[in-house]
Amino acid sequence: MSKSPNLLVPALGGAALVLGLAYGISSREYGAETINSLQARVEQVEANAALASANAQQGAAEVDRLQSELEAVQLTAGTATDLTAPAPVIDGGYGIGRLALEEELAAWNVDVLPDGRGLPEGRGDVFTGEEVFVEKCASCHGDFAEGIGNWPVLAGGFDTLGNKDPVKTVGSYWPYLSTAWDYINRSMPFGEAGTLTADETYAIVAYILYSNDMVDDDFELSRDNFTDVEMYNSEGFVVDDRPELEYAQWRTEPCMIDCKPSVEITMRATFLDVTPEGGGDSVMNEASTDDSPVFAATSDAADDGTAESNTAGVDPALIAAGEGAFRQCKTCHEVGEGATNRTGPVLNGMLGRTMGTVDGFRYSGVFQEATAAGTVWTEENLAAFLADPRGMMAGTKMSFRGVRDEADIAALIAYLQSIGD
Amino acid sequence: MDDFFKPSRRSFLRGSAAIAAGTVAGAASAEGADPLITELQDWASYTGVGVDETPYGMPIRFESDVVRRNVEWLTASPISSINFTPIHALEGTITPQGCAFERHHSGAIELTKDDFRLMINGLVDKPLVFSYSDLERLPRENHVYFCECAANTGMEWAGAQLNGAQFTHGMIHNMEYTGVPLRTLLREAGLEAAGDLSDKWVYVEGADASSNGRSIPMEKALDDVLVAFKANGEALRMEHGYPVRLVVPGWEGNLWVKWLRRVEVTDMAVGSREETSKYTDLYEDGIARKWTWVMDAKSVITSPSPQMPITHGAGPLVISGLAWSGHGQITRVDVSKDGGITWETARLGKQGDTKALTRFYLDTDWTGDPMLLQSRAIDETGYVQPTKNQLRDVRGENAVYHNNCIQTWFVNEEGIAENVEVS
Repeated sequence: MSKSPNLLVPALGGAALVLGLAYGISSREYGAETINSLQARVEQVEANAALASANAQQGAAEVDRLQSELEAVQLTAGTATDLTAPAPVIDGGYGIGRLALEEELAAWNVDVLPDGRGLPEGRGDVFTGEEVFVEKCASCHGDFAEGIGNWPVLAGGFDTLGNKDPVKTVGSYWPYLSTAWDYINRSMPFGEAGTLTADETYAIVAYILYSNDMVDDDFELSRDNFTDVEMYNSEGFVVDDRPELEYAQWRTEPCMIDCKPSVEITMRATFLDVTPEGGGDSVMNEASTDDSPVFAATSDAADDGTAESNTAGVDPALIAAGEGAFRQCKTCHEVGEGATNRTGPVLNGMLGRTMGTVDGFRYSGVFQEATAAGTVWTEENLAAFLADPRGMMAGTKMSFRGVRDEADIAALIAYLQSIGD
Repeated sequence: MDDFFKPSRRSFLRGSAAIAAGTVAGAASAEGADPLITELQDWASYTGVGVDETPYGMPIRFESDVVRRNVEWLTASPISSINFTPIHALEGTITPQGCAFERHHSGAIELTKDDFRLMINGLVDKPLVFSYSDLERLPRENHVYFCECAANTGMEWAGAQLNGAQFTHGMIHNMEYTGVPLRTLLREAGLEAAGDLSDKWVYVEGADASSNGRSIPMEKALDDVLVAFKANGEALRMEHGYPVRLVVPGWEGNLWVKWLRRVEVTDMAVGSREETSKYTDLYEDGIARKWTWVMDAKSVITSPSPQMPITHGAGPLVISGLAWSGHGQITRVDVSKDGGITWETARLGKQGDTKALTRFYLDTDWTGDPMLLQSRAIDETGYVQPTKNQLRDVRGENAVYHNNCIQTWFVNEEGIAENVEVS
C-alpha cells in the first residue's frame, strides 16, 4: 500500500489503525487541522533526530501495548469472533450424486482435444462436404464460406492478422483443427445443433479446409489423417502476457495534479456513421451529439414502405408489436423489399398463398405435400403453425420451438399480413 | 387499479408549473405555495392496491425506461447476441436480475430443475451425475461478484462510439450468488486419478444448443469457483442460466457457463471455439493472446453520463460511478473534471468486496462550466486503470476484448454529456 498521506484514509487497516491510535488519532475523519498537526509532529520528530532511536523503541513498545489493548477490547465487544467460514469439505466426500453410466458418458463426453483425442471413427471428402455445406451451412456462411451479413466468415484472411481490420477465419486464425470439428459437431448447424453425423462433420471440415486452399479437391479427412493437417496460425498464440507488458508498469502511484498541460477533445461519439443499413431501429440512432440524447426502450412502429395491403382495419399498434415479435424470426426469415431466402423462405405476401411456393427455397417433404394438396396459408393454420411448428407440420426444417404467447401470435399474423408481395 | 395512483391531469400540470417556478427561483424560495403540498392529493385520500394485486412485483411503471437495451448492428441475430445493463440508472452495487445484461450464443433456454443434470467426468476417481436436489444437500456459500463480458467497452477501441454508459460499460452485472463450491463437487468425484493437479484443467460446458464450453485451470477451479443456483436471494433467471450456472469470480463472463451440465477434468485445455477463435486478443504484432481470463481494474462514471444529463444547473452535484477489479478489492478511485489534468480522490460507498462492484462518489460543486469527467480505479494490487492510449501503445487497435480504459464524458454548460476521447 502506498505511503502517500492522501492515501491513508482508505488504506486504514488493522496495523495502521493501531499506529493511528499511537499518534492520538481516533477517527478516520482526517481534517486539515489533523493533517497540519501531523506535519508539525513529523517536523518535530525530524528536528529531534538524536532522540529518534529511543523514541523508536518506546514507540514499538507502545504499539505492542496498544495492540494487546485493542484485541482485548475487541474480544470484550464480541466483534473479534468471526463465525463465517467457507463451506466445509469432509474426507471421503458427502456421498451425494450417483455414478455416471457408460452410455451417459458416451452421449455427453464428446469434446475433441487439440491432439485429436475424442475424435470418433469416420471420414468425409471435400466433394461430399460441399453438398452438406450448401445444404446446412451456406444460408449463413455463404456457399464459399465467405459469410453472409454479420455471420462468421470461415475462409480466407491469410496475412491480415497484423492489419487494421484482421479477418479471423478457420484458415487464417484458428490454431487447432480439432476446434472446428468439435464446434461443428456439438453446436452447428445454428438451430439444429447436434444433428450431424460424424461423417458429415468430417466432410464439412474437409470442405472448409478446401475453401481455405489448405487441401486439394480430392482430399478426404478421417480420424487417421486428422492430426496431419497443419494449421496456418498454430504458432500465432502466446499465453496472457499482461503481467509483464502491463501490470509491471501500471502498478505505480498515479499523478494527482498538473498531470498534463492541456486536454483537447480528439474524437466525439460517431455511432451514426457505423450503424449499418438495416440496423435502423436501434435506440442508438435516436441519439444526437448536438442535443440531449433521447433514449427509448422500444423502436417505433415500422414505416419503411413495406406496409401496403391487407392493413385496413388492423390496429397499427398490433402490427408494430408483431414487428417486435418478428425479431426472433429474423435469424432465418427475411421480409420486405429485397428479401432473399435464408435458412427459411422469404415471408412476403404469405397469407393467402399456397404453402411451400416461394421460388428457390428447398422445402421439406411435409411442405411439398402441402403444396401438392394446394393448402393455402390462412390466419388459422398460421396461428397453429406458429404455436407448434413441428406439431402441425411434422418433419418441417424449421427448428423453432414455437411462440407461446397468443398475443404474440396475433401480432405476428397482423405484421405478416401487413407485408405485401 | 392504476387509477388510484394516477394524478389528475389538472393537478399534474399545476405540479409541474410549481416545479418549474422552483427551478427559476432556486432552492431558497418558492414563488407560491406548492399545490402538491397545500392541496389534498388523490393518493392521500383514496386507497391504493391491495396485497393480493401483485404476487411478484415489477418496478413501478414510471421506471419503464430502466431496461436492458440491445445494439442491433453488433451481431447477426438477437439469438446469438448481447444486451446491456442500464447501469446509468442504477445505484448502489447490486444489479437487479431483471435488468442484468444477457449474452446468449444460441438463445436462452427453458430447463427445469427436474430436467437438470450435472456430470463430473474425465480424470476423476468415479464419474458422477448430480441432480438439482443433490446440489441442495451440499454445503453452500454466499458471495457478491461482478460478471463482466470480456467484450465490455470493446466497441470503443477504435474511438468514441456509443453515447451512454449503458452501451459503453453495460455488459456487467453484480449479484449475490448462492451456490456450492466447485471444489466440493470435484472432491465428491475424487481427484486421485488426476495425479499432480498443478497442470490439470476442468472443461465446463452448458446444456443449451451452443454447448458453450471453456477450460479453466484446476487451481482456479479449486479456489473460488461456485456452482450457483440462486442470485440476489431468488432463483436464477432463465436468461442467466436457470437453474444452475457457473460463477468464476473476477474472470471474463464467457467462462460463467449457464445451464451448466458437465465438468470434465482434463490434462490440457480443450481449445474450444470460445477460447481460440473468440475471447483471444489479437495485438498489433499479429500475435494473439490466449487465456486472458482476468478482468483488470476498471471504472466508469454512471452519472452524469450521456443518458443522465445534469438537469439542475450549477451548484451541488453528486458524481456517482462504479469500479471493479478481477484481482480483488478496489482500494481507491480518483475522479478528474478536467480530462486528467487534476484528480481528486473519490469517496467509496463502502469498503469494496473482493471481485465485486464498488460504488464511488465525488460530492462536488459544479460551476456550470464544461467538464471532461474521468474516473480511475486502483485495486489492492496497486494496479492503476490505464488510459486508452496506454492500452493502445501496448496492444494496438485490433483487440476486441479487455478494454478497461479510462472513459471520458464531455459535459457542456447545459449539463448534457457526450462520449468523447481526449488527448
